Amino acid sequence: MYPRYLYGVLTTAFVVVGLYMLFQGEGEAFNVGRFLEEVSPYAWANIGIGLCIGCSTIGAAWGIFLTGSSIVGGGVRAPRIRTKNLISIIFCEVVAIYGVIISIIFSSKLVPVPESQVYTQNNYYTGYALFWGGITVGFCNLICGISVGINGSGAALADAADPSLFVRILVIEIFSSVLGLFGLIVGLLVGGKALDMGAA
Amino acid sequence: MEGLFFNVNGGFVEGIVRGYRNSLLTGQNYSNLTQCETIDDVKLQLGPAYGDFLASLPPNPPTSALAGKMTDKLVSEFRYLVAQSVGSTAKFLEYLTYGYMIDNIALLITGTLHERDTRELLERCHPLGWFETLPVLCVATNIEELYNSVLIETPLAPYFKGSLSHQDLDELNIEIVRNTLYKNYLEDFHNFVQTHPDFSGPTQEIMSEILQFEADRRAINITLNSFGTELSKQERRKLYPEFGNLYPEGSLMLSRAEDVEGVALAVSAVSDYKSFFDAVGLSQGGGGLGGMGGGPADGKSLEDLFYQKEMEMSKFVFTRQFTPAVVYAWMKLKEQEIRNVTWISECIAQNQKERIGNFISVF
Repeated sequence: MYPRYLYGVLTTAFVVVGLYMLFQGEGEAFNVGRFLEEVSPYAWANIGIGLCIGCSTIGAAWGIFLTGSSIVGGGVRAPRIRTKNLISIIFCEVVAIYGVIISIIFSSKLVPVPESQVYTQNNYYTGYALFWGGITVGFCNLICGISVGINGSGAALADAADPSLFVRILVIEIFSSVLGLFGLIVGLLVGGKALDMGAA
Repeated sequence: MEGLFFNVNGGFVEGIVRGYRNSLLTGQNYSNLTQCETIDDVKLQLGPAYGDFLASLPPNPPTSALAGKMTDKLVSEFRYLVAQSVGSTAKFLEYLTYGYMIDNIALLITGTLHERDTRELLERCHPLGWFETLPVLCVATNIEELYNSVLIETPLAPYFKGSLSHQDLDELNIEIVRNTLYKNYLEDFHNFVQTHPDFSGPTQEIMSEILQFEADRRAINITLNSFGTELSKQERRKLYPEFGNLYPEGSLMLSRAEDVEGVALAVSAVSDYKSFFDAVGLSQGGGGLGGMGGGPADGKSLEDLFYQKEMEMSKFVFTRQFTPAVVYAWMKLKEQEIRNVTWISECIAQNQKERIGNFISVF
């Protein structure tokens, strides 16, 4: 770990440099608006799509190892849990599929256009929409995957102890799994209003 | 937050331990066991839970052989867990074995003092507390030698620091060594689970509760057993673990206690312990000395009540997930199960059927 004072040093350095530039009349060098305008809408859109599929996959993988290690451990003494608890793994996997679906829908809006038509109002909107839509879906799925994973881990161990508990915990697990669905819906709505790149 | 990362290293081990826990004997099993007429029947009843381990026993085996085989199963299951665990869980499991090591050391030294056969002593040692230099223990004659020749290479070495003296080993000294070691061990274990970053959350909560109980129980037992011995109050006080529900006020009062009533007064601040003392009638002053064997109330001694409480706490541990504390709880439950079966088969062997119900079952 870095020493704590490093944060203080960095903050002070930023403030000093920033104030210096501001009072020297060079404050415009940090122009957030120009930065946002100059970044290509394609970059925004692709980052959004990347984060969407990336975070979803991390969430799914996380959930699967949480559940999987418990199923494997619990299955040593109670082999009957192994097939039933695959459903928890599937719930986790679905989260990655949500990410894939949204990424495919989003990436279909990316169409190559001539350079002169890149910086249009429509393209800006599409870029930002895909960026934030992707982040929404990605993080929703990340959290959903972890949530389903922890639930599934509990479900596997509870099932091993008492088979009648499995269905009850599965109900809770479905609620966790719905979180990802919320992300999917919001992602679709956000992305739905965005036109294809370069559309009139 | 423990749910996020615990399963990376500990998920498999936890799953297995919970599997082990599910195969513990239940109340139904125990009521079947109490109906048995011979040890062979007991063996038969234990068949589903213990399987192969009992197969090699001769017909109508002695109770000790039965208990030995059951312990073997516990040991082999624990060794499997140790082999499967890594990181902080492995360290946690290692801590569990230190208690057995201390017991082994005390057993060997006492045995050597009484000039018992070394090989026989080594066989009686608990396999989980085995370490390489254990057989050498027999040659030690004073505490310093014991430390320098044997213990310095074991994980117990730090527990010896500061409690070293040049006295020869005699009966009283061995008990002091054993209790000092145990005190230092408990404090170190408590510190380990409190401070290790992996153990924030349930492990910390559960283990500190259990270890505090353990510390209190030891302090009370030391006090009760010290009456009528040469142990001075000053020395006695040094043996109390410096944490727990009784620490510091209760410990201080314990260290000043002169008799059982004094102990009952010292623990009266903690309602659990107070009710134990009330239940066995020690606080009324009727029981007199004897402490652990003392005044029966529904046939239960103080020790039984402590075990009962420990079992209930251990059972409760399984309501928490993502913690290696379940291993600790499982071992305690399993040991109690072995004690229970030993008690039952002992009652059957000696035809004392009227006392057969005096075991502790929580499932």
